[in-house]
Amino acid sequence: MKKYTVIGFCVEQAGPLALLQDAGRFGVRRLGVTQGGPADLYGWAWANHLAGNPWGAPALEVTFGGLTLVAERELTIAVAGADLGATLDGAELPLWQRVTCKEGQRLRFTAPRNGLRAYLAVAGGFVAEPVLGSVACVVREGLGGFDGQGSKLAEGDRLSVGEASFAGASISEAPQEARFDYRAPARLSLLPGAQVGEFTGQSLFQAFNAAWRVDDRADRMGVRLTGPRLRCRIESLISEGIGLGAVQVPPDGQPIALLNDRQTIGGYPRLGALTPLAASRLAQCLPGQEVQLVAASREGCLAEHRRFLASVATPSVSAYHPP
Amino acid sequence: MSRTAAMALPRIESAGLDGWMVRLFERIDETNLGWIIALTRRCEAAFGEALVDLVPSYTTLLVVFDPLRLSPEEAYRCLQGLLGDLVPDEQSDAGDILELPTWYDPSVGPDLERVARYAGMSVEEVIACHADTAYRVFALGFAPGFAFMGLLDERLEVPRLDTPRQRVPVNSVAIAGRQTAAYPAVTPGGWNLLGRTSVRLFDRDREGFSLLAVGDRVRFVPVRREAFEAQGGDTTPMEAGR
Repeated sequence: MKKYTVIGFCVEQAGPLALLQDAGRFGVRRLGVTQGGPADLYGWAWANHLAGNPWGAPALEVTFGGLTLVAERELTIAVAGADLGATLDGAELPLWQRVTCKEGQRLRFTAPRNGLRAYLAVAGGFVAEPVLGSVACVVREGLGGFDGQGSKLAEGDRLSVGEASFAGASISEAPQEARFDYRAPARLSLLPGAQVGEFTGQSLFQAFNAAWRVDDRADRMGVRLTGPRLRCRIESLISEGIGLGAVQVPPDGQPIALLNDRQTIGGYPRLGALTPLAASRLAQCLPGQEVQLVAASREGCLAEHRRFLASVATPSVSAYHPP
Repeated sequence: MSRTAAMALPRIESAGLDGWMVRLFERIDETNLGWIIALTRRCEAAFGEALVDLVPSYTTLLVVFDPLRLSPEEAYRCLQGLLGDLVPDEQSDAGDILELPTWYDPSVGPDLERVARYAGMSVEEVIACHADTAYRVFALGFAPGFAFMGLLDERLEVPRLDTPRQRVPVNSVAIAGRQTAAYPAVTPGGWNLLGRTSVRLFDRDREGFSLLAVGDRVRFVPVRREAFEAQGGDTTPMEAGR
């Protein structure tokens, strides 16, 4: 952190999992380096937008809660995504809107009330030294985050914040219809992939009609779904690249939707891929929650994705930095 | 034969909203690499700013693009064009062979003796056989800088461990099936460990980060303990039985 010395927050209590995430680490997947980035792109993008940050600014992904931060100076913040019972000096913190946090105030995330992952953005963005072109924190790979070593937040950590450059950001509050009720049954749009025809007819019917349950084996690598056993005529493929949201089906017939920290290549047949927004939605589901897979068309999903990006004022998302 | 296998290659398959999977081959072969590397290079040039990521593997190339800059249809047509007059990258078949100095020893290669028994060879023959081949890097994955190399001599084809080890030491040299690799970091792992290399495989401060890239040719060079130590190799033995 050579260039930036501006102090933002101090970590008083760390909680189980709080990670710094920019949009992700791109251009290095051919080296076996995973994507990282926010598990819920939607909530992350809205938090940044409301804080007046451009696309890609590092924000904090708070999973479950249990995190207490103390502001070391006056900061403009926005929290979007899950409702983790956030408070500011004990008073309920309004979500999906811009809020001023005064020096010495305590920002506390308690426990999940609606959804699983909250995003805290601060005007100017959190600042850390990029590793392989990104500050996205991937614990398994020891890359990114506040210290560059892929560490989750720990008590006593101090978080630097960049100089806020927004001159009257467009909106200070997300419209009601942009805010999710994550407790509602999730309908996840899936674009069928090349192996979809290798599943038996009955399995295909079940895949798109059964109520799938989010298993407790769920993390930033992937989310296992339990339900009827799907059968595929092929058990494994020669390993190949796996995109975000790919829904692979190992021989036990229980699908796994792969998220941001997935391995870069793999060899299980796939039903297809969730859209980025569907992957985001799944990342907010608690174990036991019901989800449905919905076969979707590329055109409709692309239009929806573009509407989302336009709503958070994003001109472009690409960030290819080949080694 | 499945319907998929009967369809003509190369073909471009759906890989989500912002990706296409280019399937070039049906099976693993060294000659695949020149084609896959050539397509990787052409994609970098053709997609330019719209490119988000590329994941080459044994028979495929996953192309991830920015759907704001390029529609999936445009990306598809671009790939079709690139495939139309693709010629393999011949340089990938020539060039230097990267050498990985390796200390083969039961203290750091706890599966050496079991592999020898399985193959019906002496430990010395296993080492000679493993070190005799110039391998090709088919893919990177599993962990940053982890290179899947092949093809291993059929005589050394040994299955993975029934129960993977919780912690495989960094730089362990290993085999499984017709493949070989070296572990760039401490990870769990189910491959058979033969020894340890002294070369750093993944380094965030090195240009390109990973020592190995898809298409590289690699040879493991047996070294004695003294030379291994002199090169900075870690001689800490593995715990017995693990």
